[in-house]
Amino acid sequence: MNRLNKLFNTKKDNLLSIYYTAGYPELNTTLDIAEALEKAGVDFLEVGFPYSDPVADGPTIQHSSERALENGMTLNLLFEQLADLRKRVTIPILLMGYANPMIQYGVERFCKKAAEVGVDGVIVPDLPMYEYESLYAGYFKANNLSNIFLVTPQTSEERIRKIDELSNSFIYLLSSSSITGGNLQVSVNIEDYYKRIKAMQLKNPAIIGFGISDNKSFTKACEYAAGAIVGSAFVKLLGTEDYMEKIPGFVKTIR
Amino acid sequence: MKYGVNEQGYYGDFGGAYIPEMLYPNVEELRQQYLTIINDDSFKAEFNQLLKDYVGRPSPLYYAKRYSEKYGANIFFKREDLNHTGSHKINNAIGQILLAKRLNKKRIIAETGAGQHGVATATVCALMGIECVVYMGEIDMARQAPNVSRMKMLGAKVVPATSGSKTLKDATNEALRDWIGNPVDTHYIIGSVVGPYPYPDMVARFQSIISLETKKQLFEHTGKELPEYVMACVGGGSNAMGMFYHFLDDESVKLVAVEAAGKGVDSGHSAATTFLGKEGVLHGSRTILMQTDDGQVVEPYSISAGLDYPGIGPQHAHLYKINRAQYVSVTDDEALQAGLLCCQLEGIIPAIETAHALAQLEKMKFSPTDNVVVCISGRGDKDLDTYIKYFGY
Repeated sequence: MNRLNKLFNTKKDNLLSIYYTAGYPELNTTLDIAEALEKAGVDFLEVGFPYSDPVADGPTIQHSSERALENGMTLNLLFEQLADLRKRVTIPILLMGYANPMIQYGVERFCKKAAEVGVDGVIVPDLPMYEYESLYAGYFKANNLSNIFLVTPQTSEERIRKIDELSNSFIYLLSSSSITGGNLQVSVNIEDYYKRIKAMQLKNPAIIGFGISDNKSFTKACEYAAGAIVGSAFVKLLGTEDYMEKIPGFVKTIR
Repeated sequence: MKYGVNEQGYYGDFGGAYIPEMLYPNVEELRQQYLTIINDDSFKAEFNQLLKDYVGRPSPLYYAKRYSEKYGANIFFKREDLNHTGSHKINNAIGQILLAKRLNKKRIIAETGAGQHGVATATVCALMGIECVVYMGEIDMARQAPNVSRMKMLGAKVVPATSGSKTLKDATNEALRDWIGNPVDTHYIIGSVVGPYPYPDMVARFQSIISLETKKQLFEHTGKELPEYVMACVGGGSNAMGMFYHFLDDESVKLVAVEAAGKGVDSGHSAATTFLGKEGVLHGSRTILMQTDDGQVVEPYSISAGLDYPGIGPQHAHLYKINRAQYVSVTDDEALQAGLLCCQLEGIIPAIETAHALAQLEKMKFSPTDNVVVCISGRGDKDLDTYIKYFGY
């Protein structure tokens, strides 16, 4: 059992997670931002490791990734920065990024290192289930890391069942089939989709992400799922002046 | 086929479908249906009819007499440059538009580097009356302006890719993002043997007409179906895969794939993927790609926009790793000189991409009885500016 499992065991609703890209807007503020978010009352964090070709991301997160890479962010450096993670931050942390940097680092080495610094889970949108199961699942399990899978409105029930089986903390429910940073348009169809997922009574809780940007979309998402993830809206805030001071206020507006 | 794809979409260690969940339904629909559709008799009949009447196939296999004298072997040119739209790209575009129609898709997207695949896609969309959006790097739009105009005349919308390095890999990213946002009504016509499975296999099958015709034509010329050598240039690798396809299982045929060394393999300005790359994941497949130690994709360089790609198709990565094909590279200068030589010895202005394959002839050691087929993948009209500037005509 890792920190994520403990969190989901004790808190069942209104969970708020925030995503940000490590190395943006400044190279060495990864832990400062994490600390500020925990103080502001966020339940768990997703720290992005940047990639040059992030196909699932919209302009905001693409821009943050480009800047982070220009600033000199690498997986090696990120793990160095996270060495003091558990001295400063107690809430669960996930790393989020694309398959190639992780494969280049070595997936086994990546998992060991992540566990060593106190990371609880990983989200790799372009790592398919087949490859995860056949090549890498052992490394995740050995290091007590949760691997998070995405589900979209187009994902079939059979596939959702399979994802539920492979998951051991939560399922990342996309509000629509889109790249990050889109608007959450709660239409009848989307509500049907959320209801459909809820009716499936999955063993893992669902957290809704993509398109959650304010109190209204957060509250709506929490009606159907255990909580929601804010990404692009927070990354936009990081692009403004005195962003550190604005973090508590931002979290307050979402909740 | 010994070197073909397996059920999981792999060629040895390479291939697969490394895609975010948002693309899964689109790719899965293709995976489940592509073989049924393209093996259907009515599909084959329509495909072959269009290749014959619209594209102008079969493309000639031309015995290049003066090249043969110069290089001391029987050199044949497979004339894909004579196809409608000026390159081999149209073979795949025709195949995929017919597939898209059978999948009831209402909208087509594509990526393009030099614009050849974009023009081919815009052409088939005009032919079928289907909406067409082509993503092209902002930098490529500036350096290949005539092809941008061509696509617009054909009714396509050309969208500049302004992310990242603003070239082919970013155009591919933008097309993938478009597809994520339009999962139901849109088909993505990928232009090379790259991308998630089933694209590498599907595109290879559509391009395999090149080697199918070559076997028959070579027999007519020489009384033998199998040449000693088959040569082609490689960016993503679609003309090379089409040229190799029906020779893969004939182990006596030596396959030579020519990459773009740019200003030299060690110059820091190169696109010689097998020399400079490492195994990893790019645009949905496990392959060999140029990348940093941290796994960031490196921006390649070649004077030829069509070879200016940081990866190669997964089947090429496999053929390279198991040594079934030989991967070599030639520089910008060598390619341009070879392009000019082809003009002056054979009266054919080749695309600069193709000129890379021709340049490799200088480095080969042939026996006088060897039959050698070089794929003339495209014509050089689009490259006149580059040739003219280089040679000062």
